Amino acid sequence: MTTDKILFDRVTKVFPGRRGTGGAVTALDRVTLGVRPGEFLVVVGPSGCGKSTLLDLLGGLATPTAGQVLVDGEPVTGPGLDRGIVFQQYALLPWRTAAGNVAFGLEAKGVPRADRADLVAHHLELVGLTGFADRYPHELSGGMKQRVAIARSLAYDPAILLMDEPFAALDAQTRDSLQDELVRIWQATGKTIVFITHGIDEAVHLGGRVAVMTSRPGRIKQVIDIELGDRDAQDDVRSSDAFRHHRHQIWTLLRDEVRAAQSAERPVVPEEARVG
Amino acid sequence: MVDIAERPTRLAARPAPTPAASTARPTLPGRLLGLGGRALHRSAALLALAAVWETAPRVGLVDRVFLPPLSEVLTAWWALLASGQLAEHVGASLTRSLTGLGLAVLTAIPLGLLIGWYRPLAELLGPLLEVFRNTAALALLPVFVLILGLGETSKIALVLYACSWPILLNTIAGVKGVDPLLVRSARSMGLNHLRLFQKVILPAAVPTIFTGVRLAGAYSILVLVAAEMVGAKAGLGYLVNYAQYNFAIPDMYAGIITISAIGLVVNQLLVAGERRFSTWRVDPTA
Ligand SMILES: Nc1ncnc2c1ncn2[C@@H]1O[C@H](COP(=O)(O)OP(=O)(O)OP(=O)(O)O)[C@@H](O)[C@H]1O
Ligand SMILES: [Mg+2]
Repeated sequence: MTTDKILFDRVTKVFPGRRGTGGAVTALDRVTLGVRPGEFLVVVGPSGCGKSTLLDLLGGLATPTAGQVLVDGEPVTGPGLDRGIVFQQYALLPWRTAAGNVAFGLEAKGVPRADRADLVAHHLELVGLTGFADRYPHELSGGMKQRVAIARSLAYDPAILLMDEPFAALDAQTRDSLQDELVRIWQATGKTIVFITHGIDEAVHLGGRVAVMTSRPGRIKQVIDIELGDRDAQDDVRSSDAFRHHRHQIWTLLRDEVRAAQSAERPVVPEEARVG
Repeated sequence: MVDIAERPTRLAARPAPTPAASTARPTLPGRLLGLGGRALHRSAALLALAAVWETAPRVGLVDRVFLPPLSEVLTAWWALLASGQLAEHVGASLTRSLTGLGLAVLTAIPLGLLIGWYRPLAELLGPLLEVFRNTAALALLPVFVLILGLGETSKIALVLYACSWPILLNTIAGVKGVDPLLVRSARSMGLNHLRLFQKVILPAAVPTIFTGVRLAGAYSILVLVAAEMVGAKAGLGYLVNYAQYNFAIPDMYAGIITISAIGLVVNQLLVAGERRFSTWRVDPTA
């Protein structure tokens, strides 16, 4: 247990619900999950099961109702530059250029001005955006914006990278190429990555392990080890037997949860009416 | 006052050069013609107004005592300019409105930032702001005169009061309207409150704040002219009122034209400034 880089230790998160409406929402219910140093862990689960909540707790943007989140054995007490978050909606500052956005995290870290330019250039190159340093976010495509956001998070060199459906808003081709780039960056930097997604293919493709969550209240249903063999040896990992096996495995686990989530939302519809 | 609160001028992304422009470039005379045509098109209504103003009194459509032909008004304007009177009045008016506007910028922006940022302060001051912003500035003119006298102070105070509202309300809206995702993202990097404010909230709010300043610029002239009609010894409002009183009708219209022209120039300057501060804003409707 002490070898875990990140440990969710029986973490519960309850949202009190607005005044008057009553109903408190239990988003997470005694979640226990360990992430090893340098691991690429993917979290999948039905919509609303508490994936983003999990990431918020880890990022220090929210505090657990019960239990604790440990990073390197120390409880998380707030945000910190040892964890970088990449959001689905990029969250770039629109009044800053690509370079300015990458520099933002460096300013937050207190990197001296003289050292920033090199770091910015290096990380823009890492994500393939050399030559776009002076563009504003509104002049960049969705894929480029997400590259800038990734470069920004990498630049201040957090040991942990948290990614909340970072590629969900992108088209299939862009997503594929960014996935490959992310794996390359991960291999090159050895960061611990926690990656949230809706996509089963994406989960199998990226994950060393995939944690499948139950529908609300979210718990960890199962953690699957992904064994795809040597990635570089195959031209298309996605068509291998191992890939199909894992995909089916996760799909089956998720199907039951999605059904459970749907019947919780619409209890009037009889169960038999909605199979398939 | 809120009714006049405008959507900030938004700018579309820098237009990419279209391939059509390079293949089918019109000849130079053609382009000049096009430019001239556009200028003509845009000023057609103004020229028509000038023509009607010139001819209507001459052909007896309106009483030329009450509405002298434009040419007579322009002659009177030239005489006022030559005698140095116009410069004196314009100087007096601009000094007052710029002082009031400047003071409003200096007080309303910091106050608005505070109110927008600290929720308790917003809750405390909310009802008060609601009452005051719905009280027309000119309705308070007698109060200002009563307390501050007829001199410069009361006029500048009135301009300050009128200009403060659009700036204050826009500043509050600007701070509150900051994309929460940007705040979350910045917080996740461990920025403290002060740095968050300096690096995220303030830059994000600048375009909205400047829209408030632009509106205030228009108000500063509007209320000042009205204030100058009551107990002033110089200024454009005084000029118009005094001319009317003494039946120097062409002088009166000359004053009115000057007020319009100044309003136009001030607005153009502020629009340009606003544009300069919001180049990064993209028009979502474009
Ligand atoms: N600030 C909040 N206040 C109240 N309830 C919240 C809040 N944030 C999240 N929730 C609730 O907690 C549950 C989990 O939300 P969360 O955003 O973590 O889900 P998710 O798994 O990320 O969903 P999705 O896949 O759609 O992004 C949801 O039912 C949501 O309604
Ligand atoms: Mg989510």
